[in-house]
Amino acid sequence: MLAALIAGFARLVTGATASWLVEPQTARRRVYFANHSSHADFVTIWAALPPDLRIRTRPVAAADYWRGGAVRRHVGEKVFRAVLIERDGGREAALELMTAALAAGDSLIIFPEGTRGDGLQVAPFRSGLYNLARADPEAELVPVRLQNLNRVLPKGASIPVPVIARLTFGAPLALAPAETREAFLERARDAVVALDVAPA
Amino acid sequence: MTNLRDPVIQQLLGGVFGALVLATIVGQILGRAASSDGARATVANMNQRIAAWWIMCAVFSLALLTGGIGSIVLFALLSFLALREFITLADSTRADHRALVIAFFVATPVQYVLVGVNWYGLFSIFIPVYVFLLIPAILAVIGDTRDFLRRTATIQWALTICVYAISHAPALLLLEIPGYENREALLLFYLVLVVQLSDVLQYVFGKLFGRHRIAPRVSPNKTWEGFVGGVLCATAIGTALWWATPFAPLEAAAMSLTIALVGFLGGLVMAAIKRDRGVKDYGTLIPGHGGVLDRIDSLTFAAPVFFHLTRFFFQ
Repeated sequence: MLAALIAGFARLVTGATASWLVEPQTARRRVYFANHSSHADFVTIWAALPPDLRIRTRPVAAADYWRGGAVRRHVGEKVFRAVLIERDGGREAALELMTAALAAGDSLIIFPEGTRGDGLQVAPFRSGLYNLARADPEAELVPVRLQNLNRVLPKGASIPVPVIARLTFGAPLALAPAETREAFLERARDAVVALDVAPA
Repeated sequence: MTNLRDPVIQQLLGGVFGALVLATIVGQILGRAASSDGARATVANMNQRIAAWWIMCAVFSLALLTGGIGSIVLFALLSFLALREFITLADSTRADHRALVIAFFVATPVQYVLVGVNWYGLFSIFIPVYVFLLIPAILAVIGDTRDFLRRTATIQWALTICVYAISHAPALLLLEIPGYENREALLLFYLVLVVQLSDVLQYVFGKLFGRHRIAPRVSPNKTWEGFVGGVLCATAIGTALWWATPFAPLEAAAMSLTIALVGFLGGLVMAAIKRDRGVKDYGTLIPGHGGVLDRIDSLTFAAPVFFHLTRFFFQ
């Protein structure tokens, strides 16, 4: 109920039109990885998913933010069911939490840049995506390109402006046998950058 | 307050919805007759447009029948959506964010509140004077000087076209025309009817007889045949409806010709912006038509001109 309201509100504000280059399938667990420029990023992706996928999809987020305040905690834990990562908890612990969620059949939303950028450049990816791909080869890795979110709610702003956002879900990719970490992360980043569609 | 029992309103609404019924029937017949793929695509798009027209006419009629407030709210909403499409297309930057918050959430509602409270003096200068100066001031205080003039002008232009110009349509309700008291809503109806008819008829004449393009680099669909046929027909209908307006027949002819011509220029200008940005439509909100701004592009030019001509000569 609350989830549907939040999803509807997010779609209304961002006006986001989602396009899928490959039709979404409900059966597989997936890792959606996207470029990151706004606090509104993950809720935009989450809201754009069909409801049956949405309830099985959990954003990976910073624990210190989502544990601050009762409302945030409730929304983060109960509505988004965020996988909360301690910033200083170490790489192993984070990977363990994420693979546990995948093992339970859930999908994840991650932002491999690690931090919000200016919306113009996509920063090099950190290794989390590679580690996930190695830990769970069955999970589909779906690149997602977010556009205009940095204009809807840029870093540091608190009031969203109703610029129309676009998001594009690309074709899933998988870790190739013997592919190096650097090569894979580069390829994954290129997949996100390549989804830069001309204004519709 | 417009009244359903007003026979003039009944006749005008009857005419509009009668025309829609006719268009729907013709569309269905054409759909059966279309033989080539190209023809089928054209008819499918046309029928999609007709379906959207039903909804648009219903919404506009309902707004009109509530008297002033419904029309003001409707046009405020149209301005907001048009501004959204314009700013999205115009490529704002992060540094514009605060100015855009003011544009969307302060300037737009205030302009329509001014219509609502009948404060003509401030209505006519609020955006051209105060908001005009405020926007560059905000951007300067924020301090990003890259493309400063272009960014400032873009926001000012967006507000002037999408909010200020469009707000002149419901502002017709403020006019006090001797001998035409309490019927100002008919003027709004008349303006929208003639502008949109001119658009539709230009499209129809263009599809039927279009050969010579007017501005091929700006809008490949605008032809001389469509332009002349559409403008003349819209003027003829606008003249024939003189009895619903405060105008004498010749005055109605001059008014509707002016609206149609100015509206055409508005459509052309808004097409030039789309062309430059490399898109076909401003949005996707109205099936078959594109965005809100694609539908009201002619109105952005016609509304302020019609408002001021009527105010100057008839108030």
